[in-house]
Amino acid sequence: MSTERKQTVRLEAVHKSFGAVKALVNVDLKVDAGECLGLVGHNGAGKSTLMNVLAGTIPSDQGIISVQGKDLAANYDVKKAHKNGIRCVFQELSLCPNLTVAENVRVVHKSLKGFGWKKRSRTLIKDKLDEIFPDHGIFTDDVVGDLSIGKRQMVEIARAFTVTDDPLHLVILDEPTSSLDSSTAQQLLDYVRKAVRNDQSCILISHLLGEILNYSDRILVMKDGEVVAERPAADFTRDVLVADMGSKIEAESTLSSERSMKVRNTAELMVRAGDKQQKDNIELLAHKGEIVGLAGLAGNGQAQMLLQVYDTAMKGKSGERVDVQGPVALVAGDRQTDGIFHLWSIGRNVCVRSFRNMVKNFLIDPSLEQEMSELWKNKIKIKTPDMNNNILSLSGGNQQKALFARALGSDAEIVLMDDPTRGVDIGTKYEVYDLIKNESDNGRTFLWYTTEIDELNNCDYVYIFRDGKIVAEIPHSELTEEKVLQASFEKGA
Amino acid sequence: MWGYLSSPKFLRSALPAASFLVLLAAIFYLQPRTMSYFGLNLMLQYAVPIALATIAQMHILMVNDLDLSIGPFVGLTACIGATLLATNPVLGILALAGCIAAYAGLGALIYWRNLPSIVVTLGMSFVWLGIAVMVLPTPGGKAPVLIKAIMGFKFPFIPLPIILATVLALIVHVGLMHSSYGAVLRGTGGNPKAVARAGWSILKSKMMMYGTAGFFGVLAGLSLIGLTSAADAHIADRYTLYSIAGVILGGGEFVGGRVSAIGAVLGALTLTLTGSFLIFMKISPDWQIGAQGAILIIVLALRALINRKEA
Repeated sequence: MSTERKQTVRLEAVHKSFGAVKALVNVDLKVDAGECLGLVGHNGAGKSTLMNVLAGTIPSDQGIISVQGKDLAANYDVKKAHKNGIRCVFQELSLCPNLTVAENVRVVHKSLKGFGWKKRSRTLIKDKLDEIFPDHGIFTDDVVGDLSIGKRQMVEIARAFTVTDDPLHLVILDEPTSSLDSSTAQQLLDYVRKAVRNDQSCILISHLLGEILNYSDRILVMKDGEVVAERPAADFTRDVLVADMGSKIEAESTLSSERSMKVRNTAELMVRAGDKQQKDNIELLAHKGEIVGLAGLAGNGQAQMLLQVYDTAMKGKSGERVDVQGPVALVAGDRQTDGIFHLWSIGRNVCVRSFRNMVKNFLIDPSLEQEMSELWKNKIKIKTPDMNNNILSLSGGNQQKALFARALGSDAEIVLMDDPTRGVDIGTKYEVYDLIKNESDNGRTFLWYTTEIDELNNCDYVYIFRDGKIVAEIPHSELTEEKVLQASFEKGA
Repeated sequence: MWGYLSSPKFLRSALPAASFLVLLAAIFYLQPRTMSYFGLNLMLQYAVPIALATIAQMHILMVNDLDLSIGPFVGLTACIGATLLATNPVLGILALAGCIAAYAGLGALIYWRNLPSIVVTLGMSFVWLGIAVMVLPTPGGKAPVLIKAIMGFKFPFIPLPIILATVLALIVHVGLMHSSYGAVLRGTGGNPKAVARAGWSILKSKMMMYGTAGFFGVLAGLSLIGLTSAADAHIADRYTLYSIAGVILGGGEFVGGRVSAIGAVLGALTLTLTGSFLIFMKISPDWQIGAQGAILIIVLALRALINRKEA
């Protein structure tokens, strides 16, 4: 083999912004033929955006995209990507559940048409499934919606590796093993090595660092939309990877460790949650006036924990697993779907949680409603001339403030927050941090799920979630980004 | 063998045929004289336009939309058929082609502006009705001779409605279930994002499906005046609900691109038969809509039971 290998893909100085959020900043990436590139980073580091740009599903704002030496950046889209041999297995599956396995193969291959297309399609996918996942137990006429999630993922992966008349140079696998059991995951990773030996290329994204370290040739680490490290896999260890993903700068904290210690050890217990019987699971405890952070990679059970606590409190009876003392309120992170009432005024949106206490003679007392709106308008500085304006007249950050006002203005002693600063500008964020701090000093308890590690600095105590379990607990005084990352990613292979 | 026959998958696909056969058997039992060429022809002749309207609706449901204007649209095409088409065939054909193009345009508009199809088609239903009243202010007109001849054709041994329904079901079944582009079109209903990611135009799919729906709507209107010889703007107002009920009876679902052409035609036949069934039961026609609703509920309940067995 020659030392100078052919280049499959090269991205240069790629930028992508969504509004004010910079998702990709000056990203360079290259993949050679016969190479498997590992890509790692924490939530929101820009991995998925980068892969979508490469697969043509999101257009980049600027930058060079070249495939096999040809510059394709102008009007780059899915069709062009596919024609030039780039395939992507997306994190959320891209199969049509109402079609059979064979019909789903047809959807991505334009050339499967005319008489006998179904037979060709069946053979194509069956051979590939047999090759990658022997004993897969999938029939090509199975309707995809009837298959288990693992089998769907197998179909999607095998489909990406099928070839008709367009060439196949690069397959992007975004968390491919997330719904596969360990033996099928092994089969896939072995196949990736085999494909790479045949001069195809792969980009592997995984939060299982063992997979990345063992199966890729080179590793790219991303953080905040930038590439922060790039070296051959052999030069990395787990600890080096984790260190690279974290930032070097320590954000300032508004909390003192003494306060955190005092609250944890002396204040009364408000929330207890977690299955004591379950192995390796740490119990979540929250005390009066404590700010408890729920951390870890997105979607590892943090939101479910919040909902469990919420449900228990609403039913008013505490069970074996969850015990809540006092009323709760929830601040939603996904404002548009879970938070605001689109047709209501700002004032209504703030007061809705407290209407029960404003009822006089079976009706809501407008003067009380007015009073509360004005109070919160001034207290947390909602930027509006009139609280009777529609909620949608506010900017995203101010809408979020209104949701905070709804929770803080209520009688809730425990406030649950589901990533509340998602998509909120930095100025509002700091206002919100101060607000939380002040309210906790007044004896309110906060359970705060956040995907941003920096925000954990504002928590008295942090629990790290992985696979629906709490795997680590870190008090404020011992909190470092590296510790959070270490616990968020699975140990071992 | 028994295992396959009792599997939820088989039961679900056999349900439309089973409900049709049960209803037919009940009618034969109540009135054995219907078990004849003449009897079946009489009972099922109006099934042809209803089946065509149902197939039109099915194409819209397949891309996760709903058409609330198909009834008035069939009425409009019937009015055009009984006036313009009879007096000036060239102009008539152009007008009907314009109707189909308008449907395809609606599909484009709904996709392009991301509008709810229910709102757009509800609005359009009044537009169609208004044009129909302008075309034919009072009931009347005269169906073209050719269309009357086709619909009145006496096929040997097998009644014509059964032949037409079978041909219709098979053509659409092959077109959607077996053709390669049909798979892509159904995929548009199942997971539009995935189909778009594979480089297909969703706009084109929607226009295709709305256009095809318009085409079958035109056929429904023409076959209807072939039977009645005259038209009226309100002649097919009930077809909107019939067509939705027919698709659902036939195993289709409101979202997710799960439809069946054969099932939809069987559903339309079943709905038509309920009318005769109620007459033989000596129930007043006033109750017909309610009884059709009851049958729909029974079949859907059975389907829910089958689905529960699966889960």
